[in-house]
Amino acid sequence: MEEIYKEYEDKLNPAMLQEIRANVPEKISHEKLKQILDKAVEIYDGSKVSPGECIGLIAAQSIGEPGTQMVLNTFHFAGVAEMNVTMGLPRIIEVLDATKNISTPMMEIYLKKPYCDGGEEIKKIALSIKEIKLKDVATEFSINIADFTITITVDEEKIKNLSLTVSQVGKAIGKFSKNLDIKTEKNVIVAKVSQKGESINTLYKVKEKIKEVSISGMKGIKQVLPVRRGDEYIILTAGSNIKTILQLEYVDAERTITNDIAEIADVLGIEAAREAIINEVKKVIDSQGLKVDIRHIMLVADTMCVSGKVKGITRYGVVSEKSSVLARASFETPLKHIIRAAVVGEEDMLTSVIENVMLNQPIPIGTGLPGLRSKIRK
Amino acid sequence: MTDVYLNNKFVGTIENPSEFVQKIIYDRRKGVIDNNVNVFYSEKDDEVFIENSKGRVRRPLIVVKEGKSLLTDKHIQQLEKNEISWSDLVKQGVVEYLDPLEEEMAMVAFFEKDLAREHTHLEISPITMFGLITSLVPFANHTPSARINMGSKHQKQGIGIYAANYLVRMDMDVNILHYAQFPVVKTIMHDLIEYGKHPSGQNLVIAVMSYKGYNMEDAIILNRGSVDRGVGRSTYFRPAITEELSYAGGLRDTLCIPDKDVKGYRSEHDYRLLEEDGIIYPEAKIEEADVIIGKTSPPRFLSGAEEYSLASNVRRESSLSVPHGEEGIIDFVVVTESEEGNKLVQVRVRDQRIPEIGDKFTSRHGQKGIIGMILEQADMPFTASGITPDIIFSPHGIPSRQSMSHLIEMIGGKVGALSGRLIDGTTFSTTETEAGLRSELKKLGFRENGVETMYNGETGEQMIARIFIGNMYYLKLKYMVANKIQSRARGPIQLLTRQPTEGRAKEGGMRLGEMEKDTFVSHGASLLLKERFDADRTVIPVCETCGMIAVHNEYKKKSFCPVCGDSEITNIEIAYAFKLLVDELKAMCIYPKLLLRTKY
Repeated sequence: MEEIYKEYEDKLNPAMLQEIRANVPEKISHEKLKQILDKAVEIYDGSKVSPGECIGLIAAQSIGEPGTQMVLNTFHFAGVAEMNVTMGLPRIIEVLDATKNISTPMMEIYLKKPYCDGGEEIKKIALSIKEIKLKDVATEFSINIADFTITITVDEEKIKNLSLTVSQVGKAIGKFSKNLDIKTEKNVIVAKVSQKGESINTLYKVKEKIKEVSISGMKGIKQVLPVRRGDEYIILTAGSNIKTILQLEYVDAERTITNDIAEIADVLGIEAAREAIINEVKKVIDSQGLKVDIRHIMLVADTMCVSGKVKGITRYGVVSEKSSVLARASFETPLKHIIRAAVVGEEDMLTSVIENVMLNQPIPIGTGLPGLRSKIRK
Repeated sequence: MTDVYLNNKFVGTIENPSEFVQKIIYDRRKGVIDNNVNVFYSEKDDEVFIENSKGRVRRPLIVVKEGKSLLTDKHIQQLEKNEISWSDLVKQGVVEYLDPLEEEMAMVAFFEKDLAREHTHLEISPITMFGLITSLVPFANHTPSARINMGSKHQKQGIGIYAANYLVRMDMDVNILHYAQFPVVKTIMHDLIEYGKHPSGQNLVIAVMSYKGYNMEDAIILNRGSVDRGVGRSTYFRPAITEELSYAGGLRDTLCIPDKDVKGYRSEHDYRLLEEDGIIYPEAKIEEADVIIGKTSPPRFLSGAEEYSLASNVRRESSLSVPHGEEGIIDFVVVTESEEGNKLVQVRVRDQRIPEIGDKFTSRHGQKGIIGMILEQADMPFTASGITPDIIFSPHGIPSRQSMSHLIEMIGGKVGALSGRLIDGTTFSTTETEAGLRSELKKLGFRENGVETMYNGETGEQMIARIFIGNMYYLKLKYMVANKIQSRARGPIQLLTRQPTEGRAKEGGMRLGEMEKDTFVSHGASLLLKERFDADRTVIPVCETCGMIAVHNEYKKKSFCPVCGDSEITNIEIAYAFKLLVDELKAMCIYPKLLLRTKY
């Protein structure tokens, strides 16, 4: 028995062998088992992509064609329970171009038990994550030119809700710049600016900068929204900062995700980024009610990630890696590529498709791939 | 203080804006201020806008005072007797024009019976909300706006009689419909614009049914008998115009039958229809490449040695001939003088267009379709009374588009045709209602819903389903296959790239574009792709040493490299477009060296 299985080890992959082994009756004749395994090999080989199949272009067509049917105006939901997320074609373009600053970064934060059960706790957590800027709690900013100070009046009620004190706020402002001398008095913070080349202009600039000082929460998180998902509560956020979020003890780091692929690549590595690309593209396609085989998307994600860095399908990303000058020139900015090639003295080996179409030679794909080898008698 | 703007320019301030605005309106109605002035007070911004500039869209409304229309029965009687006219009503302040801004302040009643105290204006007629052509759509209040819009667009494309003097005009690309009729189902606008003087359609019998799949996807089936009797027949006119131009040095063109020694002489056959003056005679039947007006021009740019050589001193052929793919009959010949005093010849070509598969037709309800089949009258389904429809229209076009006016027109047309009167289908008018038409149809001895029992034209069997059949106004649209049909196997190529020319007039090919190319690639059909792109295939000699394109001397049957002299030369087969790219790179001072290797 074992010998037979061993024989098929390099013909079938281990998972398949395992499955057959588990499902075959124990007392099976060697002959029957062999028949089963042969049939399995036949089906397995038949489902493989044949050599010379043009998988890249087929993937492109398979994603591109449904793309033409995609609705551009996705629904906008009114109300508190929904957040505005880029979907549809703009989102696909964003993902495939590997845009650094995506238009709507978003996180889904899962929490560990018992925090995920809802209640007041989750609201508190949500509020503590949200980035609060000074301008959100201050009621008034005023400049005193004579003393060269900025007076900030703070809304005590709001601060209390955030479980902060006025002096803590003052400290946060103090951290922002060494040139600030902070004095707090009841709900008023007076910041004296001691900068060189004092002028009203600098004072004004400092005032504007102080407004943006973050006094609590995680940087970049503009909005938080606890929602029920299944039988637990999660927190949706607008703005993404997964690096700090994952360090929080009550966050379930295994399930918490963001839609910012560049951030995923930074924090969790390239494999996670690849997975994220697949998920994000799939999500958009599914939301439009279209069907694309996941393997096409996987291939695209693989191409974007092979180098170890996320590279977009743009002239600066994947396309710039093409070996052929003509292929690159035929995509975008032809002059740049031709001139560079002329300066460096590049050689085009005509190994890919586009170059050969340009020269009207058989393309090395499908029927054009195999060659004949024979001895020539001289 | 309220700011006042005159044509969006600040002119001053006032204290009491509503009183000010009322004063302007009052004065305008009295005729103190010109009626082109419109005024608007924005309460939100506390600003008054006065507009009297050109190009505003304005529409007329009847003025209402204290819930009563200023247009009285007396006015109407006077109007009927032609004692007063429209401009008198405007002068009297009974009717005024509002622009979009002033309309914001108005409260407009739809009908006189709806008038209440708060109304400021009364609609003259609900169809004033439409344009001229849109109000030609009958029963439009039963149909979605998108379809009405399409219906009016299609009427603009309909073939009719565009001008009564078309016989003496020389317009480009003109179609004239034969046997045009006034619609049985009309709107008030048909009377107002005297549509009967320039109609653009015909009243046809329509049966709503499927027929063997030849009317799927909006196609229609036409009755051969109807076509033979003149349904949808039209004439296409196109002028050919030439002028005897004069050039520097006293040289000028001459209209004549070109001599055989003229450069570019065609063939005797091509000139056979010309009379002595070089112009074709009327009623001549012309085909592709026949010369319509014979002309020769003086030789081009004489310079240097050429001037003395005999060969180049010959006049050039520059006749006007029938374009590729066209034919017809010479309709009309005019010989006159142009503005510059040159001899000008205009020849009008006429071509009769009998409906054929692919010609486009439409009703007035955005239900366009092309002919999918022309069926013998004998094979057409017929009703108990022996009526065969002119057109079989597919029922699948109705539910998704909800163009109910199409169906109502069919019933209306049927009533009109049977009772011998015109049906008024003016939008929002209540003179003819669907219920009224139905009961009238019943009185005429038909089923009130318009369906009739029909029989299969081929077998004579009674059809199980009853077919909805009625009369309606159909238009032939100006898009006809005769103007679009195109084919090419081999043919002319472009000089620069040696690729096939583009466009129907130049006998061009259908481009196999980038995305179409990709389908070949993804099928792995490598060699098929190569063959498909072989149109500009060339064999060029390449120098093995320097990798540049070499020269072939056909006389000595020898190739050599002008750079390296005596070196190994190999012929390669590539696309001419690539050779052109290589040449252009060389022109940019880039050295594109071709490295050759045996392919196998």
